[in-house]
Amino acid sequence: MNLEDYKGVWVFIEQKDGKIARVSLELLGAGRKLADKRGVPLAGVLIGDRVKHLAQEVFAYGADLLYLYDDPIFHHYRTESYMRAVIDCCRKYKPEIFLYGATSTGKDLASAVATDLATGLTADTTMLDVDAETGLLEASRPAFGGNIMATILCKKDRPQMATVRPKVMKALEPVPGRSGQLIEEHLPLGEEDIRTKVLEIVRETQKKVRIDEADIIVAGGKGLGSKEGFQLIHQFADVLGASVGASRDAVEAGWIEHHHQVGQTGVTVTPKIYFAIGISGAIQHLVGMQNSGLIIAINKDPNAAIFQACHYGIVGDAFEIVPLLIEGFQAALAREVQYGGKV
Amino acid sequence: MLHIVACIKQVPDTKIIKMNPKTNTMDRSSAPAILNPYDAHAVEEAVRLKNRYGGTVSVLTMGPPPAVKAIRKCIEIGADEGYMITDRAFAGADTLATSYALTKALEKIGKSRSIDLIICGKMTIDGDTGQVGPGIARRLDIPPLTSVKKVVEINKEKGYAIVHRKLEDGYEVVQSTLPCLFSVEKEINEVPYAPLPNMIRAARYQPHIWSVDDLEDVDRTLLGLKGSPTIVSKVWPPEKPKGGEMLTGTPKEQAERIISLLLERKELFRAKEELG
Ligand SMILES: Cc1cc2nc3c(=O)[nH]c(=O)nc-3n(C[C@H](O)[C@H](O)[C@H](O)COP(=O)(O)OP(=O)(O)OC[C@H]3O[C@@H](n4cnc5c(N)ncnc54)[C@H](O)[C@@H]3O)c2cc1C
Ligand SMILES: Cc1cc2nc3c(=O)[nH]c(=O)nc-3n(C[C@H](O)[C@H](O)[C@H](O)COP(=O)(O)OP(=O)(O)OC[C@H]3O[C@@H](n4cnc5c(N)ncnc54)[C@H](O)[C@@H]3O)c2cc1C
Repeated sequence: MNLEDYKGVWVFIEQKDGKIARVSLELLGAGRKLADKRGVPLAGVLIGDRVKHLAQEVFAYGADLLYLYDDPIFHHYRTESYMRAVIDCCRKYKPEIFLYGATSTGKDLASAVATDLATGLTADTTMLDVDAETGLLEASRPAFGGNIMATILCKKDRPQMATVRPKVMKALEPVPGRSGQLIEEHLPLGEEDIRTKVLEIVRETQKKVRIDEADIIVAGGKGLGSKEGFQLIHQFADVLGASVGASRDAVEAGWIEHHHQVGQTGVTVTPKIYFAIGISGAIQHLVGMQNSGLIIAINKDPNAAIFQACHYGIVGDAFEIVPLLIEGFQAALAREVQYGGKV
Repeated sequence: MLHIVACIKQVPDTKIIKMNPKTNTMDRSSAPAILNPYDAHAVEEAVRLKNRYGGTVSVLTMGPPPAVKAIRKCIEIGADEGYMITDRAFAGADTLATSYALTKALEKIGKSRSIDLIICGKMTIDGDTGQVGPGIARRLDIPPLTSVKKVVEINKEKGYAIVHRKLEDGYEVVQSTLPCLFSVEKEINEVPYAPLPNMIRAARYQPHIWSVDDLEDVDRTLLGLKGSPTIVSKVWPPEKPKGGEMLTGTPKEQAERIISLLLERKELFRAKEELG
């Protein structure tokens, strides 16, 4: 393999129902930096059914080029069809770096592609850098349940691939009207070539608050003691108009559903305000919330690890402090309304 | 009769692993080796399918000799046969080299009894990449189905499987030809306590143990460190957060301080009022 033949930084543009996944825009931001440092173009790879109109958005967020595979066969994500498009594109245009969101689709696709291209794939990356001269990608990631960070290199094979966690990289401010080059590709692929079929998609959206999009999160842990005790978290969240988060132990106790779980095996969140109440601050929880704007912890154990990870800490009993917060905040709200100011 | 193979790995229990603060390395002796928790669900699902459709469950691991213990754990769950590949040549494998070695072992297992279904865990709790399952499927050229949270049907006669794949906001119902590979979510089942007869069988169970020389058509340059495109170049402890300000005063005073912090960010609350 001649490494010199491989040029350019690529991002897989994940889309669903004609909407680009946020993480792909974040990766265009991260990819732009890598491409500029190397002095090479940044390209997106977009696969789907009637998705050509998304090209403008991809350019606005920083891409110079977009490779497009637009065909009804790509209506649903399927490993086998998408993988063929990506592999086809890599073999033709030979990128040096290829980033995917570490979503279930991104991980599924990247794992399959890396095997066929026999190249290295770093999982769940949270830090990216590139050596300007050699083009060597330094992808760093947490492993061993967040206990260590490791930098992974892929020295002899190309493309150097990585899946990158959502909400870690920053998207650029979009530049409306920014232009790029659209390259439309076609793949002779028929339904008979694909061994899987999506029979049905079931969306379970009933009041499922996407906590990863919330500005304020009130999260509770095992320290609330019981399902009844956990109601305190719901009450406080209601007053603030916040979403409810939880530690794994609270989820496993059956006090709240899994999609509220924050952390390594739950969601990663970056709200403007995060309350951690009765949560000890295990590393697996911290990795899911440590980039929040303002972290406030309430715990009765002064030595709880969460106090090392918060901006403000209160040592005390949740059942004493939180009612005071609810009461005090409601009073403040009422005051503001009385004086005509909106809170 | 189905032949299902579950791939399993022995891992250090990362929940209680300690770091050596001097060397910044993991003190592996501080953490007991356990069966990767996700793999217990993989084996359990295989056993349930065996009970539903009839057949055999084999488990396969690549690891050092003590990993026999993880195989015994799977026998407790209800697996029939255990296979282990162990050799210095496998050491230092990344996910690409791991899937290669496991594929060679699967080919050998499949020679004596052809395989209908392979089940992997969603990920391990040590390397936690989730890349090995799809890697095996690609190498065997069978469809990979990741994020499986329910198996609806396996129909060997007609040669298909139907499963639910978990999505960010729901799930999809997917049909695939057999053989295929599943990577399963932990919510797919609960692993019950092992029945006593299984425990007795497990205690005495001796798995089939193979070295590289026992496998066929192996390209040794694709194994272990040599066959791994990725290398771990540096390991360090995650940055310790410095810790914040601890509030003082009476509970009431502390609560008031928090409220004034919230009120400094009025815009967050305004948005809500306008909606309501
Ligand atoms: C592979 C792996 C993945 C994991 N993934 C996640 C994950 O995604 N998310 C996650 O959260 N965890 C995860 N965990 C689990 C994690 O290690 C911890 O076990 C978990 O976060 C602990 O939850 P907790 O803080 O609610 O409970 P505990 O650790 O039991 O803490 C309870 C806290 O409440 C305090 N408390 C008790 N009573 C009161 C009171 N009345 N008022 C105020 N404080 C009180 C106690 O002092 C204590 O600090 C994972 C673990 C592993 C091994
Ligand atoms: C700190 C660190 C970081 C690493 N980062 C990367 C990386 O980014 N990219 C990379 O390619 N490699 C990486 N590796 C190497 C990787 O951990 C090993 O290749 C490992 O053998 C398999 O990967 P995994 O543990 O992530 O398995 P996963 O892919 O998470 O495992 C998924 C499933 O595959 C099956 N499986 C996995 N391993 C075995 C096995 N040995 N025997 C039987 N079945 C198995 C199980 O069913 C398991 O549930 C890293 C290693 C370390 C120490």
